[in-house]
Amino acid sequence: MRAATGLLDREIAFLDALRTAGLTVSLAEVLDSTRAMGAIDLLDREALRAAFAACVLKRPAHRTTFDTLFDLWFPAVTGDPSQVDGPTGEAAEGQGEPLDTEAYRDLLRDLLMDGDEESMRRFARQVVQGLGRADTAPGRQSWFSYRVLRQLSPETLMASLLEAMLKGQDRGGLAEKVARQTITERIKAFQEMVEAEVRRRLAEDRGVEQISKTAVQPLAEQVDFLRASRNDMAELRRQVFPLARRLATRLTARRRLGKTGKLDFRRTVRASLATGGVPLVTHHKPHKPHKPELVVLCDVSGSVAGFAHFTLMLAYALSEQFTKVRAFAFIDTCDEVTRFFTPGGDVADALARMSSEAKLVWFDGHSDYGHSIEKFDEDYPDAVGPRTSLLILGDARNNYRATGAQTLKKLVARSRHAYWLNPEPQAYWGSGDSVTGAYEDLIEMVEVRNAVQLEEFVQRLLPQ
Amino acid sequence: MLQPQFASVADVQERLGAAGYLADHAISTTVFLADRLGKPLLIEGPAGVGKTELAKSVAAATSSELIRLQCYEGLDEARALYEWNYKKQLLRIQASKDDDAWDDIHDDVFAEEFLMSRPLLTAIRNPNPTVLLIDETDKADVEVEGLLLEVLSDFQVTIPELGTIVATRRPLVFLTSNATRELSEALKRRCLYLHLDYPDAAREKAIVLSRVPEVAEQLAEALVRTVRALRALELKKSPSIAETIDWARTLVALGLDTLDEETVKSTLGVVLKHASDHERAATQLKLN
Repeated sequence: MRAATGLLDREIAFLDALRTAGLTVSLAEVLDSTRAMGAIDLLDREALRAAFAACVLKRPAHRTTFDTLFDLWFPAVTGDPSQVDGPTGEAAEGQGEPLDTEAYRDLLRDLLMDGDEESMRRFARQVVQGLGRADTAPGRQSWFSYRVLRQLSPETLMASLLEAMLKGQDRGGLAEKVARQTITERIKAFQEMVEAEVRRRLAEDRGVEQISKTAVQPLAEQVDFLRASRNDMAELRRQVFPLARRLATRLTARRRLGKTGKLDFRRTVRASLATGGVPLVTHHKPHKPHKPELVVLCDVSGSVAGFAHFTLMLAYALSEQFTKVRAFAFIDTCDEVTRFFTPGGDVADALARMSSEAKLVWFDGHSDYGHSIEKFDEDYPDAVGPRTSLLILGDARNNYRATGAQTLKKLVARSRHAYWLNPEPQAYWGSGDSVTGAYEDLIEMVEVRNAVQLEEFVQRLLPQ
Repeated sequence: MLQPQFASVADVQERLGAAGYLADHAISTTVFLADRLGKPLLIEGPAGVGKTELAKSVAAATSSELIRLQCYEGLDEARALYEWNYKKQLLRIQASKDDDAWDDIHDDVFAEEFLMSRPLLTAIRNPNPTVLLIDETDKADVEVEGLLLEVLSDFQVTIPELGTIVATRRPLVFLTSNATRELSEALKRRCLYLHLDYPDAAREKAIVLSRVPEVAEQLAEALVRTVRALRALELKKSPSIAETIDWARTLVALGLDTLDEETVKSTLGVVLKHASDHERAATQLKLN
């Protein structure tokens, strides 16, 4: 291989960091990427990125991790950027002198208006050099992205940018929405550039290995429901439909692979004509798929709402796999919410309407599993029958109230299957006001902390 | 056996451009590597971002023959690789006179004449430059992947009656997938991987302008921005590039030259294909 040894070491260390971050990089792929390095122009950094990506990055979900690590291991510049880039635009007068915040903000406004990525990236380097450094201890310095972003506060430029972009068009309509979207995108890109630059400076001070361990964020599907930020939840919601589609394909494939049914006489005879009347191949009728009826009873109080919403969305996205889906929500009393989920309707809207229109609070708006379960049994006695799979979603944190365990026992006995999905880690069950102990003996309780675990559970729920 | 078609990454970009496909840097680098390393290229991404189009354009740019294998549920060896034409074989046996020795007939009916070559075998035997497009790989059953593993790693096929057929010239292989199911690790490992996503604003605008030259630049810009705003909403099906192009064509056909609320509202059906997406877009973009 013609690649220099130093470069080869770098490559191997980079691929190793990818492995640490959770990507599977096989030896064959290491060989491929080494060969690829020999084939391309190594001075072209983006070509190198694309080459590595083609060889080792096999799942789109890993893209962010890959890019973060690539930027750390193969930085575009090293050291103080003003040596490489030269000062940007109007800053040329100052010749590398740090500008004051206002001047930086003016520059940023122009760049955001213009939207050219390369100059924005150069500006990010310059601004981190100028504003991002702070003393952490006597004689020690570190780099901080929040210092930069707080001083520049790009979001506050929104109003004047909108004004400039709309050029006197009507506010409040489509044009504004579109302009706003464009600006938000650019601001977000700029923030990411600043963060990447800060990581690069930190890596130069403390070593790449150190930084690459902390820089990587977990994948959305592995984020705990209870700790998910708003961004994570939005990302998860975007994944509901692809996830449902993937699950559905896998389930139908599994059904088809299963035992085939009775002999299809007509097709067998028809096929035998091709072989002179000798039935060489027999054809069978497909099995009628077993479709369970699903009843979801979910806690939608603040602490676990994110989890309940995601699971409800998934249940509705998968509704073709069930004969019927009925949803009930509760906080301290229970109401049917099936009516909000019309077929083909927008599930996110349904969730919003559910929280505002359904009658879920009876006493004080704190979770009350006991009263909710009693009420569910009393008001909807026909909901749970011998064909029903009953799913209860919640963390079983009951604020030290009655558990309604006896009613639950009856419900479980009436249903075909019953599962309790708990978004809390199993280690916390039964601590504090969690009453999992009272339910665990009656119903199978499953830990579902993230999207991956939920996917596994759904596969188990649908038999054959 | 390995005969690269492209000289450099820039060459890929230029020739694809001439064939009407605007490739960005990552796409051209990956295509260049697939060609240079002689590895199959697996292209994944949402529907309508130009996965199949890329393979077709590479075929056009290298003046290769395009052989396409469309995958579907129930695709099997007989449809993908080769099949013996048993009807013809039967005729041959029935037509033979009684005094023909069985041995002769036996050898005779398994000759080239009775072999029906399917896309994979055709691509391997083709002595001319070939692009093999295996479309929608994820739609095929898992067994087909096993078959592909063998063909794609060695570029050879063994037919028991005829022996092993080795490619005289490696075809350039493109596999596309919509990711409705995860392809197996083994298949992914043998391929280079390219995830095609919605392009950035500048490239999408360039694509629209090159595909629909009648559209004014200003309108293309507004169109692309609006589509990006739509993609940012949580929709069931985000509009793809193909739909952006359709939208541009629609506007040209209707003789409209600005994209205001009224226009968007009346032509939204071109880009959004779900009723719930329509409602959502209408409320969020305040179209009323």
